[in-house]
Amino acid sequence: MSQAVLELSAAQAAAQIRGGELAAEELFRVYRDRAAAEELGAFLWVAEEVPDAPADGPLQGVPVAVKDLFCVGDVPSAAGSRILEGYRPPYTATAVERLLLAGATVLGKTNMDEFAMGSSNENSGFGPVRNPWDETKVPGGSSGGSAAAVAAGLAPWAIGTDTGGSIRQPASLCGIVGMKPTYGAVSRYGMIAFASSLDQAGPLTRDVTDCALLLSHMVGADPCDCTSTGLPEDIRLPVAERLDGLRFGVPPELTGAGVDPGVKVVFDATVERIEQLGGSVEPVALPHAGHAIAAYYVIAPAEASANLARYDGVRFGPRAGHTDLLSLYEETREEGFGTEVKRRIMLGTYALSSGYYEAYYGRAQRVRTKIADDFRAAFERVDLIVTPTSPTVAFGLGERTEDPLAMYLSDALTVPMPLAGLPAISIPTGMSDGLPVGFQIAGPAFSENRILEAAHAIERAVGFDGAPPRG
Amino acid sequence: MADAVAERAYEPVIGLEIHVQLKTRTKMFCGCELSFGEDPNTRTCPVCLGHPGTLPVTNAEAVHFALMIGMALECELAPRSIFHRKNYFYPDLPKGYQISQYDVPLASGGRLGEIRIHRVHLEEDAAKLVHAGTSGRIHSAEASVVDFNRGGTPLVEIVTEPDVRSAAQAKEWLELLQATLRRLEVSDVRMEEGSLRCDANVSIRPAGEASLGTKTELKNMNSFRFLERGVNAEITRQEEIVRSGGEVVQETLHYDPATGVLSPLRSKEEAHDYRYLPEPDLVPLAPTEEMLARARAALPELPAGRAERLERELALPPDVAKLLAFRTELGDFYEATVSAGGPEGDPRAIANWVTGELLARLGDADPDPAQSKVEPASLAALVAMVREGAVAHSAAKEVLDTLVAEGGDPREIVESKGLARAGGDELVEVVERAMAAQADAVEKIRAGNDKAMGAIIGAVMRETKGRADGGEVQRLVRERLGDQPG
Repeated sequence: MSQAVLELSAAQAAAQIRGGELAAEELFRVYRDRAAAEELGAFLWVAEEVPDAPADGPLQGVPVAVKDLFCVGDVPSAAGSRILEGYRPPYTATAVERLLLAGATVLGKTNMDEFAMGSSNENSGFGPVRNPWDETKVPGGSSGGSAAAVAAGLAPWAIGTDTGGSIRQPASLCGIVGMKPTYGAVSRYGMIAFASSLDQAGPLTRDVTDCALLLSHMVGADPCDCTSTGLPEDIRLPVAERLDGLRFGVPPELTGAGVDPGVKVVFDATVERIEQLGGSVEPVALPHAGHAIAAYYVIAPAEASANLARYDGVRFGPRAGHTDLLSLYEETREEGFGTEVKRRIMLGTYALSSGYYEAYYGRAQRVRTKIADDFRAAFERVDLIVTPTSPTVAFGLGERTEDPLAMYLSDALTVPMPLAGLPAISIPTGMSDGLPVGFQIAGPAFSENRILEAAHAIERAVGFDGAPPRG
Repeated sequence: MADAVAERAYEPVIGLEIHVQLKTRTKMFCGCELSFGEDPNTRTCPVCLGHPGTLPVTNAEAVHFALMIGMALECELAPRSIFHRKNYFYPDLPKGYQISQYDVPLASGGRLGEIRIHRVHLEEDAAKLVHAGTSGRIHSAEASVVDFNRGGTPLVEIVTEPDVRSAAQAKEWLELLQATLRRLEVSDVRMEEGSLRCDANVSIRPAGEASLGTKTELKNMNSFRFLERGVNAEITRQEEIVRSGGEVVQETLHYDPATGVLSPLRSKEEAHDYRYLPEPDLVPLAPTEEMLARARAALPELPAGRAERLERELALPPDVAKLLAFRTELGDFYEATVSAGGPEGDPRAIANWVTGELLARLGDADPDPAQSKVEPASLAALVAMVREGAVAHSAAKEVLDTLVAEGGDPREIVESKGLARAGGDELVEVVERAMAAQADAVEKIRAGNDKAMGAIIGAVMRETKGRADGGEVQRLVRERLGDQPG
């Protein structure tokens, strides 16, 4: 029975529960037991009890794994950081609240890079996550726990957050679907902030249909987040099998140098597949995309340096240093934050300092505007832009921890879209060295349905057989 | 040369920075109600406590109030102002930054009276720290506790140009600002309660020069009196430094009203690089035409304009006009009384009664006469009776006592208490009796000592229980002494 349940996509499970063929408690128990017993390090907390009567809605009784970055009322929510160890928020994030209203239940909280700062999940304050395809490899990050949990069948689906690629890159490395919606589509209220102007919540799922279904219940303007806009049209479940009439752009800046040959082979094959499905493909220039990483690593740390100031040991979380105010601040933050978080706080603090603001933050914002202009110009010629999601397949645990710059370059292909606020999806379209390769499709703001339809057609045609060996 | 320096006259140059707590229903960026002395930490929520994941949402009423202030101060309103994060660590600042406005404030370039306004912006108040220990300051405190009730209260910061030239002018102008804000009903504007706070930037320069000297910033002047004293103390301190050949150092000074001592804040408390960052959690503040129209419609007549109108239309002396204009309720009561008095009424006489006798009877620091039992029509009638001679001034005061305590119709009170002005044969008899009883006083009057008249008048007043008119008594006395009636 439990094996059959595991084979169901989340959308199928939801349909079976509503049709009376599957008991919600059964579904929950199967996943709960797997999540509680897992050894990948994907979960930081797993629900002990089957939740009482979930809300009557389209997702009724389908459990969802929630990245530790989301506040869930009275449930440990630490953003992967020791500085929030034991913190149980007094409220629940809007994105999670919406899923609960649609009938979903919280299965557990997934591991992540501390405060979403990382691309391998090795920056978690609570230990790394292993890639279910090869346990010597990283799952990607920062939503590494969510991606690994979905790939390993520890959860039907999961939600994560993406600031510079934190949904799409781990989805790519774990061979699943992950989508970052348009900035503002999903409320950020209750998402523990990393870089406020970039952070967006989105789904990590086994297939594109699940992705659309989960996303459709996350989006919506929220009075608690005045940067939230929702979407102008509802998310539809995709049905496309052809790409006739759709124009695809391939930017040389994001598909050439730095992309591993094995990844490039899979990418090129997928582009060919697009043409077979009736889509047209042409090169399209994003002249400033090469500066995206540099701009990102000024803007994101600058915002983070302010966002993380509240972790001072005064109101919540562990406290160290009791002799005076300064030692309280210094020791609490010294002990609570990990190395990468400290590095980015220092970077951001420096970039905002008097006399340096213009040279760093001001200039990075201008680059950001240029990148957005590039995309705007490109989308006058094409409907969608495609790139590999990550320049490489999953790399080895420990392989890049000593070299922050190499680690930062893992995000080179995913960072330009959030800088421009644009939506993008990663879907698995092949294997290289026995590891999955992700294919990224980006579109103009609010083009989620277009992206999902295209992704659906490509997914059907590629027929990626998406499961690592399951324990 | 040294003598020239010592003798030179200096001119103070003063700019003021005022913080005003708005009396909105809820806080600046969350739904918590404002606190007025509730138990500590009872008016808080995840947002104003800076919990992880929370986001600010701008209070529309605070924006409305701030727009009204900007308009009242004749400022230019920014079509699109920006909130910034002002970063610094302190336990009263839960997020580690204060949301404020920086390079594009809500309003700028205005004027109130003779002082130009540099800028007006919106921000949030910090929480309240209480330090246990002797100094009352954090550095030597044994323990400090935080009450977050105040944290997030909407504040408007008003910065003037350095147009103020004396401590007295600073005090007087701040009183005008207070009256203006009170009239707008956007704040309680109580200095002692912290809903109106004033810092002063002070420098001096040789009189007549245009360049500015090095300024210091004075903090903690929590009353009008302390503002005047603190600024005066700082002017004196700077003059002494310069006269003795020294140089003023730019610093922030803490004024201790108990000792009058100005002491520098520790450099750690002031040496901030605030690392201003445009607040990514908020969208720019762009007032719509509707918002502007609503703010404009909410603007009442302001004290400066009202004082000017009372002087011009009712011929009131400047100080009386100012008193009535600055105290809205008193002014409203006054104007209601004037209009009840009709075209025959005497606005100046009514003003004297309202600002003198009535105010004295209402007690309390800032009373609203509309809350008392006196009706404007009753007071108007009473003043008319005095003018017509139906009741003597002193008896009228007794009628007012009754009006304040019980209300009623002054004619009936005069009737029932027998307070009608004594006159005719009755008064002549009383006067003659008093003159007979006080022959020596009469002698002195005859010798030209007018002061002795008081004894006679006093006796008459006692006899008539105040119903007599002093002038009338004098006239009768002189008549009896054979003088020309005067």
